[in-house]
Amino acid sequence: MASLDDLKKRISSVKSTQKITKAMKMVAAAKLRKAQENAEKGRPYSEKMNNIILNLSSGISDQENAPKLLTGTGEEKTHLCVVMTSDRGLCGGFNTNIIKKAKQYFQKILKDNKILKIITVGSKGYDQLKRQYKDNIIEKISFKESKNINYFDADKVGKIIIDRFEKKEFDVCAIFYNQFKNVITQIPQEQQIIPLKSNKENETSSGDNYEFEPEEDEILSNLLPKNISTQVFKAMLENSASEQGSRMSAMDNATRNAGEMVDKLTIQYNRSRQAAITKELIEIISGAESL
Amino acid sequence: MSEEFKVEIVNPERSFLLKEDVTEVVIPAFEGEMGILKDHISLISFLKPGIITVYSKSEEDKYFVEDGIVEFKENNLSILTSSIYKISDLDKNKIDQIVKDAEKESSEENIDDQKRYLIDQKIEVLKNLSLN
Repeated sequence: MASLDDLKKRISSVKSTQKITKAMKMVAAAKLRKAQENAEKGRPYSEKMNNIILNLSSGISDQENAPKLLTGTGEEKTHLCVVMTSDRGLCGGFNTNIIKKAKQYFQKILKDNKILKIITVGSKGYDQLKRQYKDNIIEKISFKESKNINYFDADKVGKIIIDRFEKKEFDVCAIFYNQFKNVITQIPQEQQIIPLKSNKENETSSGDNYEFEPEEDEILSNLLPKNISTQVFKAMLENSASEQGSRMSAMDNATRNAGEMVDKLTIQYNRSRQAAITKELIEIISGAESL
Repeated sequence: MSEEFKVEIVNPERSFLLKEDVTEVVIPAFEGEMGILKDHISLISFLKPGIITVYSKSEEDKYFVEDGIVEFKENNLSILTSSIYKISDLDKNKIDQIVKDAEKESSEENIDDQKRYLIDQKIEVLKNLSLN
């Protein structure tokens, strides 16, 4: 059995770990509020963008000459996956969940004998994927330096994607991120951005006769790249809220576990102290008796 | 008053401006300036760098935009833009800074004509601003 001194050291070490996790939890809670606010504020933009594109694409008559970003290249040979993760660890299952979702998708693609290309955003995703998919990763991006999420960063990612698309490096592009539902639940998402999937085709496309200036296709071809950046930005916002939420609950658990451990160790400490005292007493008494 | 309509300006980070009592908005559309009044036909257009003027009954506000998309539908005007500044918030230093950045960009070789035109447009608008 561990000596009293050892137990004492153990207790104090667990206590200081608890202090750290508690502090991290509170920091995450404060950041979460901000991230959530940002995510909500960013929503109108991407919604409006979506609406406009929907209205536009429903009005397009010449399907064959429609921009490639909307309709795709007509093939499904090469898939580009943009996996968005965090730059920091200690956030529970946040990164693992995205990776798991992404790996499922990867396996499906590889099984169908298609070509897989990966871009990782955030260093944690790269760390987890590099062992298995090192040859597939064509680029890794990290925004460790920028403190807040801003549109500028998202635009950079968007431009990279579009550049590669124009060089015909891939046919289909999907992004992976965590959607923030609430503090305990984040849902890993897979979203296809090229070609654009219009899943809400029957909705809101009221067939209004719009006046376009300049021509429809010119607007569309200008708008679609912007939409990609917007989608990436939305994913980044959702991701940051999810990351903080996930970290908060992970740290909350850790704090609670540390508390339980301290309690257990304290009881053990007190017991062995008591045992030592009893032992000493017995020794004294039996010593006195033998005199 | 029945002459009023709603305008909303959003940038990716937040909703920039929301006004319900607007009588006229002048936007720098891609093919020329455009004034929008109530009951305008549904419209989708692009912005080039320029100045948006929002007139309401009591006041008029001016904003500088670099790019954007405009949608007008059922008396709702939505302007989506990634870079917008309220002109009264811009001071000379800030304007000079943007002009300098733009001039640097314009001096680069590998940009196409359309982009160069947009940048030149931007510089011109900003220079006019700082004169006033």
